[in-house]
Amino acid sequence: MASKNKKLWYALFTAPLLIIFITVVIIPFIIGIYYAFFQWDGIAANPKVFVGMENFTKLLQDERFLNSAWLTILFTVLSVITINVVGLSFALLVTSKLRTSNIARTMLFMPYLIGGLILGYIWQFVFLDVFEFFGELTGLNTVFFNWLIDPQFSLYGLVFVFTWQMAGYIMIIYIAGLQGIPNDVVEASKIDGATPWQRFSRITLPLLMPALTISLFLTLSSAFKIYDVNLSLTGGGPANSTEMFAMNIYNEIFGSGNYGFGQAKAIVFFLIVAAITLTQVYLTKKREVEM
Amino acid sequence: MKKVGKVIKDVLLVLLALAFLSPIYIIFVNSFKDRQELYDNALSLPTNFSLQYYLQAMEKMNFLSAIVNSLYITIVSVIIIVVLSSMTAWMLVRTNNKLSTVIFMTFIATMLIPFQTLMMPLMQFMSSITNNLNIPIYNTREGLIFMNVGFHASLSVFLYHGFIKSIPITLEEAATIDGATKFGVFWRIIFPMLKPITATVMILNVISIWNDFLLPSLTLIDTSLRTIPLSTFYFFGEFSIQWNLAMAGLTLTIIPVIIFYALAQKHIIKGIGEGAVK
Repeated sequence: MASKNKKLWYALFTAPLLIIFITVVIIPFIIGIYYAFFQWDGIAANPKVFVGMENFTKLLQDERFLNSAWLTILFTVLSVITINVVGLSFALLVTSKLRTSNIARTMLFMPYLIGGLILGYIWQFVFLDVFEFFGELTGLNTVFFNWLIDPQFSLYGLVFVFTWQMAGYIMIIYIAGLQGIPNDVVEASKIDGATPWQRFSRITLPLLMPALTISLFLTLSSAFKIYDVNLSLTGGGPANSTEMFAMNIYNEIFGSGNYGFGQAKAIVFFLIVAAITLTQVYLTKKREVEM
Repeated sequence: MKKVGKVIKDVLLVLLALAFLSPIYIIFVNSFKDRQELYDNALSLPTNFSLQYYLQAMEKMNFLSAIVNSLYITIVSVIIIVVLSSMTAWMLVRTNNKLSTVIFMTFIATMLIPFQTLMMPLMQFMSSITNNLNIPIYNTREGLIFMNVGFHASLSVFLYHGFIKSIPITLEEAATIDGATKFGVFWRIIFPMLKPITATVMILNVISIWNDFLLPSLTLIDTSLRTIPLSTFYFFGEFSIQWNLAMAGLTLTIIPVIIFYALAQKHIIKGIGEGAVK
């Protein structure tokens, strides 16, 4: 009796969420793997043709896809560097015991709360108008111009805006890391006559490694999956020069109507994201053991 | 001398933060200017603060309807997520068997799946439920809430799971001996203790659901159902050249975020930090 009762309670507490979760995540995931082996245009009345591995081998010849994969890697590497450098600098500044640190921290975090889509539109205007204005004002037309209309610079524009969005978020993680550094170690090094740079490179940075690992991989996976800012800032242009991985998948499925081929791309995308994230978990766990 | 240096540093830090937020200032001041004034100097303050572009933008974006939709979808989704995932997590922690482990591991593993991998089959599945079973899940706000709960279940269960593990079991046992049901034990004793992690779960979910674009853009087809990011997207599709109108629209979309931030600033920064580290 008691055990039957227990099982009933168990079901009552977990079943509602599990049913929703299975309907929304598990079943579509399985259907998605199935679709990846078919050729289909998404219209229910039209037949799905089984093509086996062909969608996956075709991927390697799709130049637009390969190009977007390369752009995504480039974008990811650049953003991971800039976001972490800016985020860590902000964290160092606002933990330097100034009276204005709290208000500065609050302000620097703000862009993260504004959605990626809206950020992209805001920056469209900044590039269009303010950058041009600075170009005329300073005469540095080669640096300050509308980056978004140049195939090469539009990628940097995307890095720039993504850094603006994420730096405050990463700053919060570094602040937590910096506050965990024991004060007596820092004081002792001051008495021993260490310069500020020595203190940073020999004490702060090594003790900050756990926060650094978390930040690196958080930025890595979010940069790799970028979509909203991409859509509103450049829309993938000019001439597909900023079409990232996620956008390429969307365009293949809903733009060109290649449902099966697009889904095969989506599965490859999943495998790469999973590999990045699992590496992160592995490295973080390993470091925790060492600490 | 040292004092003066410190004041200078104080001021510099604020200036840096202000410069960082300057795009928001630019959007704000230009939302009041007419076309000529805007092209003369985008950085200057406006000569008059007329609200005409705001009224126009509100009308063209259908702003009031969008904010009602966004609030409804976000609030209801977050409440359901908090209720269901805290209950689930508690059962999983307190019932130590194989099934619990499998369920928990499944939640964790699916966190690896990016949305793009699920979007097409999800839409196929949802529209087939709508057409074959006559359950209006596709193209309704309630359907979107249903999907939001599914997509945010993993992270929320994970956060609750970690927190509940640190609560000693003795309190619950005492209550159970006193004859309280599981339901009573959870809502009267456990849930109030979960307050700190509930705040974190709520904040993370509010930010992600409020700003979500891709999922609503795929599910909500009727214009009357559009959320704020959706109406902003369609607004820009039509009016991207009329920048003063666009700025007023963008300022409108940022106002709710600023209010939310002003009200819960401390919780947000704390919640974000905790959510990331775990």
